[in-house]
Amino acid sequence: MNALEQFHLIGPAVVLLAGSGVVLVADLAWPRRSSVWGLTLLALAIAGTYTLVQALTGAGGDAFDGAVVVDRFSLFFAFTIVTTAAAVTLAAREWAAGFDRAPEFFSLLLVAAGAMILLAQSVDLIAIFIALETTSIAQFVMAGIARDDRGSEAGLKYLLTGAVAAAVLLYGFTFLWGLSGETSLAAIAAFVAQGEESMRIPLMLAFALVAAGFGFKMAIVPFHAWVPDVYQGAPVPVASFLSVASKAAGFAIVLRVFYAGLGGGDTFIAGEWALMFGVFAAASMIFGNAGALLQSNVKRLLGYSSIAQAGNIAVGLAAVAAGSTLGPSGVLFFIATYVATNLGAFLTVLVVSQRLGSDEISAYAGLIRRSPLAASILSLCLLSLTGIPPTAGFIAKVYVFNAAVRADEQWLVALVAVAVVNTAVSAYYYLRWVRTMVLDAPPEEKAFQPAASAQLALGASAAGVLLFGLIPTPLIAAAQRAAEVLQQ
Amino acid sequence: MTLSVDLAHYMAVSGLVFGIGVTVALGKRNAIAVLMGIELMLNAVNLLLIAFARFGEAFAGAGEAIAGHTFVVFVLTVAAAEAAVVLAMAVLVYRRRETVELDRINLMRW
Repeated sequence: MNALEQFHLIGPAVVLLAGSGVVLVADLAWPRRSSVWGLTLLALAIAGTYTLVQALTGAGGDAFDGAVVVDRFSLFFAFTIVTTAAAVTLAAREWAAGFDRAPEFFSLLLVAAGAMILLAQSVDLIAIFIALETTSIAQFVMAGIARDDRGSEAGLKYLLTGAVAAAVLLYGFTFLWGLSGETSLAAIAAFVAQGEESMRIPLMLAFALVAAGFGFKMAIVPFHAWVPDVYQGAPVPVASFLSVASKAAGFAIVLRVFYAGLGGGDTFIAGEWALMFGVFAAASMIFGNAGALLQSNVKRLLGYSSIAQAGNIAVGLAAVAAGSTLGPSGVLFFIATYVATNLGAFLTVLVVSQRLGSDEISAYAGLIRRSPLAASILSLCLLSLTGIPPTAGFIAKVYVFNAAVRADEQWLVALVAVAVVNTAVSAYYYLRWVRTMVLDAPPEEKAFQPAASAQLALGASAAGVLLFGLIPTPLIAAAQRAAEVLQQ
Repeated sequence: MTLSVDLAHYMAVSGLVFGIGVTVALGKRNAIAVLMGIELMLNAVNLLLIAFARFGEAFAGAGEAIAGHTFVVFVLTVAAAEAAVVLAMAVLVYRRRETVELDRINLMRW
């Protein structure tokens, strides 16, 4: 394979990374903000089409000496990430028009998205590390980009915890490499599959360090402390991107490392890491929901809620480790529906908060009378986050919990019981918000409409939530095909 | 009696440095001190990478150990990038708040 073919294989990521440079230069040469916005959207559209074409023509294979691989799994995530970035860009138009560092924001958004795609494609420890750090550092800067009191505090906290997590992850990688002598995940999997008893403790230590490092990206307890602060302090478009894309990429790479890199669910240390993810899942659901119950700020509430949702996905990870065949596709399906749902919720908050000038739940009172569109989409997304039919969130929860129960482990059944109780608890704070929007009297009657571009993004998310809820089969089939790659 | 230094010694030193780094990073309240802790952690990583490349049992052939050397270069680069962003962010916070003590940067709680 020559150089051009290799770059063609990672084309979508290249387009986004190049696009970020173009955005900055265009801002210098042609200082009109709408041009930057359009260019960003253009880069994302090209990358999205590129990904689709790759998926439809069945492009695949590995490049750069096996450091990255394009397969159905990475295409699934590439498409999810590009769609997310495009939706955020669309919805952020109004916000960006009144923000003098919008070009930097869009440029960083493209870097972060491009590196996330590379992360989902990486199958080599060094490539994973580089892609992870590229996307992380871009996100750290994005979190502090508003440069106000809260934004800079959020940025600093995010950055310091992120840097500690990255160092812990690296220590784990170093042990994995030093023990096995290999940097490629497949070769490490082969090493683990030999099952040398003397390697049990060192390997478990290495994988525990790696899990701690990735736990930060996935925002699961006990690596979650940054989440509420960053979601509240960072500008809303940044928070929506972080809560969705960053988390999706985190779970993608965890599936890759812990499933492909550990040689599936039947190696001699699989039981231990199944239990580890089980504990993470239970802790995340309990702490996330307990925290969300106390919130009056919508961004903080969504922050805690996203910790609880990460716990739900981690139930799927535990099922994967316990050898459930439905597990990997369950995790992928849950992530895809979570992306549509949480994006819808966050983008409505973005649009609405600008008009209301407040992030408090009380400010949302009577929203249904002021903006029926925003209120109904937000309600739909909150119902989906709770897991009420006919939304996508319901199918996703049923799928993941079913996968966990079918794994035939006593403790997994107990874990699902914990998850179900937590779902009931979460209904309290999600539905309380819906009730405020629908039943309470609005503080003022002035009606408003989201901008056209924002309506498009909101409509797309809402359509995803409903479609995946009513007709989940195509998405489930796509998730299963993507998961098959890992099972080989 | 000859005294030879082998992998175990390096692992012990690296573990010690990493432990100090974690303690500093999680225990100190000053953002710059936390950054120092992070740098110690990354140095422990680098030391261990080089020690594995030199003494690791998995590298009897020594041909593949080059991956470790490459890894070190990347870790150094990323550490520099991270330090640059941390310092920039610390300057930003200091300008607005006149402190980089993390327990006094607490607009957002609960």
